[in-house]
Formats: sequence, structure tokens, C-alpha cells
Amino acid sequence: MLLIRCPYCGDRDEIEFAYGGQAHLARPAPPAAQSDAEWGAYLFLRDNPKGVFLERWMHAQGCRRWFNVARHTVTHEILAIYPMGTPMPDVALIAHQARGLMGGAR
Amino acid sequence: MGHAPRFSLWSLARNALNHHADWPQQWRDAAPKPSYDAVIVGGGGHGLATAYYLAKQHGLGRVAVLERGWIGGGNTGRNTTIVRSNYLWDESAHLYEHALKIWENLSDELNFNVMFSQRGVMNLAHNLHDLRELSRRAHANRLNGIDCEILTREEVAAFCPGLDVSASRRFPIMGATLQRRGGTARHDAVAWGYARAADALGVDIVQNCEVTGIRRDARGVVGLDTTRGSIQARKVGLVAAGHSSVLAAMAGFRLPVQSHPLQAFVSEPLKPVVSCVVMSNAVHGYISQSDKGELVIGAGIDAFNSYAQRGSHPVIEDTAAAIVELFPQFSRVKLMRMWGGIVDVCPDASPIIGKTPVPGLFINCGWGTGGFKATPGSGHVFAATIAKGEPHPLAAPFALDRFSTGALIDEHGAAAVAH
Repeated sequence: MLLIRCPYCGDRDEIEFAYGGQAHLARPAPPAAQSDAEWGAYLFLRDNPKGVFLERWMHAQGCRRWFNVARHTVTHEILAIYPMGTPMPDVALIAHQARGLMGGAR
Repeated sequence: MGHAPRFSLWSLARNALNHHADWPQQWRDAAPKPSYDAVIVGGGGHGLATAYYLAKQHGLGRVAVLERGWIGGGNTGRNTTIVRSNYLWDESAHLYEHALKIWENLSDELNFNVMFSQRGVMNLAHNLHDLRELSRRAHANRLNGIDCEILTREEVAAFCPGLDVSASRRFPIMGATLQRRGGTARHDAVAWGYARAADALGVDIVQNCEVTGIRRDARGVVGLDTTRGSIQARKVGLVAAGHSSVLAAMAGFRLPVQSHPLQAFVSEPLKPVVSCVVMSNAVHGYISQSDKGELVIGAGIDAFNSYAQRGSHPVIEDTAAAIVELFPQFSRVKLMRMWGGIVDVCPDASPIIGKTPVPGLFINCGWGTGGFKATPGSGHVFAATIAKGEPHPLAAPFALDRFSTGALIDEHGAAAVAH
């Protein structure tokens, strides 16, 4: 089970949270001007990395607020937590720091 | 080298007398050659079946299956082995029924006992909405020529005597649908049977061979880089389940799939007590009993994306609670093993079979939580798609472009918890 640090409530078990999938999706505007392929890509195509993934979580059984998480999809390690609306962080940098952390732990 | 001889009553008796000491190797552990007519990436049931039908029905002489681990070591060996075809929409019903018909003769065709047991699959209804939804699906199935019966509560109790159908349960059982031709099969045997039969037709099964790159020129795919060297091929089929997105990224396109852990577990062996497959979308679990006597139990995916073959404990706890709601007598049964596989889930809970943006590169993925049942049909239609370069008629509705045309095949009702 994941232990997730809600930025507003602190460390809580995964069962208190709802998962929101990929973060930083921008709705293309205006929708009517998009081609079928562009609109389909917005609706359905998602990143699915084997590595660091930027994703949304919501503290459903707590403050009910959304926030973003950078999590490794193989180790499940949570590498960064940051507020909604902040610019996309540098995934390569987070991955690099994670490798350093894990190397240091050994 | 000579191929493994056919199994027969005589061969079984002779090897039994010899304490099973000299069974020959059933398929070659092939090394990769520099080039092939077609290469299948992924040595699970779907990939091996694809290779078998490419060689058997389409006469491709030089075919290889590349598997980064060992064959059948991914989701093929990690599922709960349920086989059924009671899907709602025509497209899915035809595809899964195609598979079920192949299952019915598969042991004979492969000369390998896949232990297909048509013990019946029962989907339970716990409220009026369930009853309406299930009867809608049952009628849709029958219009498509698929067997499906609607059972009353008393008929449910008679068909599966272990179930608690008392009205005092928190989620009382009000009825069910029953597909008698559904059941279970031996998952490992499916991989081994297809591997053995494909090998006998000259297919190279290459294990411990991970694809690290997909090479292409202006005309399309030209080959693969692997941990065991480069391989040339003008036709490549990706059948990598949870790792499909990783392979697609190597070829420069994205998929609408998300990889999630799907967990399952088995109990200690018991005497026969669950005579069929029991599934319940409402209490969120499904159960059958293996021939060894273990209760084989599963449920839904873990919500988060993952490539680790493990999930979180609350999912196990919820699943166990669902099974105990259906079978209160199992509350003190000990669990022996639990595990997870990485499933590739599509937005409409239907697979993707067909072409990719790269000519010569084909994909078969997105089976999500319920691909095992489709193994023979999936391999059959995907082989035809690769061989002809155009989708098999049963595969055509499952093309990748449905996510831009909007022609989705929404099978969440038939696929949600059910596998």
C-alpha cells in the first residue's frame, strides 16, 4: 500500500485517496477547431511510462483537495508532491535525483 | 532436429512405466537468426498463438517469437483462467465467441491437453438493476447465437450449492445468468501447447530476448534491436500486454492504454466445493476451483499506473470480503499465494488489434483484465491481419483508429470485474 503525503493533511494511507491519472493535460481550445485525431488524442491518448509518471491524486476521505505527484511506476516510490496549477517539473531531473537517492540508500 | 513426438495413450503409458524420466524436449530453445519473415514480440499465449497460426494457416516459413523472460511467464501465467464469450456488443460477442469455438477443439488441434473445462460461468445479480443489465446481455448473447440462460435464485442455488442465496445477506442473490459453455482452462498448458505446436511448424521461440528498439525506414518497419542482437523483419507484431506502451514509444507513437496491476490469489486445496465459475460485479469478485482444489480468486485492478507485478493489500482485502459475502463458509480458508500481473487497460475495455501508424508494424494489446479467454481467437485473427496486411473481419472494429473516429466498443459492463 502506498503512503501518500497529502500537502494539506500529512501522511495518509492510499485507501484515503482517489487516483486521477496523468497530470498536466490541457484541453485544446477551441474544441470545434480540433481535428478528429487531435480531439481523440486529447480524450484518449495518455503517457504510460515505465519510470517517473506525473499523476493526480485527490484526498477523497480527507480534505478532498487535488494535488500532483511524481511517482515511479516500477518502484512505486513517490519522488515529488506539488500543487495543482504549477508548471510541469523536469521529469529527467526527478528521475536523476531518484537514482541518486536509491543509490545512496544502498 | 526432430520434433517432439505426438502424445498418445501409448506414449503416456510408456513414460509412466519409465517414471517419466525420458520425455523429450517439447520445443527448441532457439537462438535468434539475423532475419525473419515475421517477428512476434511477446511470448505469452496471444503471441504464441499468433505465431502458430501464421505458420499453420498462412504458410509463413520464417517466424520468430521474442520473449524477454520465459514463455507464459507474464499475464498468461498470472490470470484466473476463466473462459467465456458473454459480451454485450456484436463486435465483442463475435470475437470472443470465435475464441470460444477454437477453445472447444484446442486440445485436439494442438495435441496438448489444455484442460478446457466447460463447467459453466455464472454472473450473479444482487439487485433489480443487475437483473435488468444481465438479462439485456443474455438476450443480446442469444441474438448472436451465444448460449446464455437466465436463472432464478432457486436455480442458482441448485447449480452452485455452496453459494449462500439466503435473502438475509447484505447483498442477496436475486438471480444470475449462466453460460454453460464457459469455464476454465489450464493457463500454462495454453502457452506450452501453442509453443510446442508452433515449434513443430518451424517457429523459433526465443526466450530471454528483450526488444530495445524498433528500426524503420521510409517504407515502414525494417527490424528490431534486441538484447540478443539485431533482427531484420518487414512484418512485426507487438503482443506485449502491459508493456505495449513502452514498445509503441520505441516506434514513435502513443497508445490509449494504461498499465495497471491486477491481483489474484489462491487458497489452500479443498475438496470440490465450487462446481462452476461464479462472478459478481456488484460485490466485486470472482471465484472458481482448480483441479488441485485451490480456490482461484480475483477482482479488479489497482487504480494507479504501475509496471511492478504487485499491487496494494486493500484490493486483496476487498476481494476476500466479496468472496466471503458469497460463500460465508470460506471465511477461515487460508490463502496460499497472491500475485499480480500488469494489464493494459483501454478506455472502452476492449482490445486493440490491427495496424499501427508504422507500415508493417501491427499491434495486439489492450485486453486489460480479460485477455486469457480470447487467446486462441486473438492469435487467429491477429495472424490473419499480419499475413494479409489488412485487418481480419472480426478484428476490424478493434482498430486503433476507433479512438479518433469515436466508434468505441464499450464493454465495461461485460468486462468490469469479470474476466
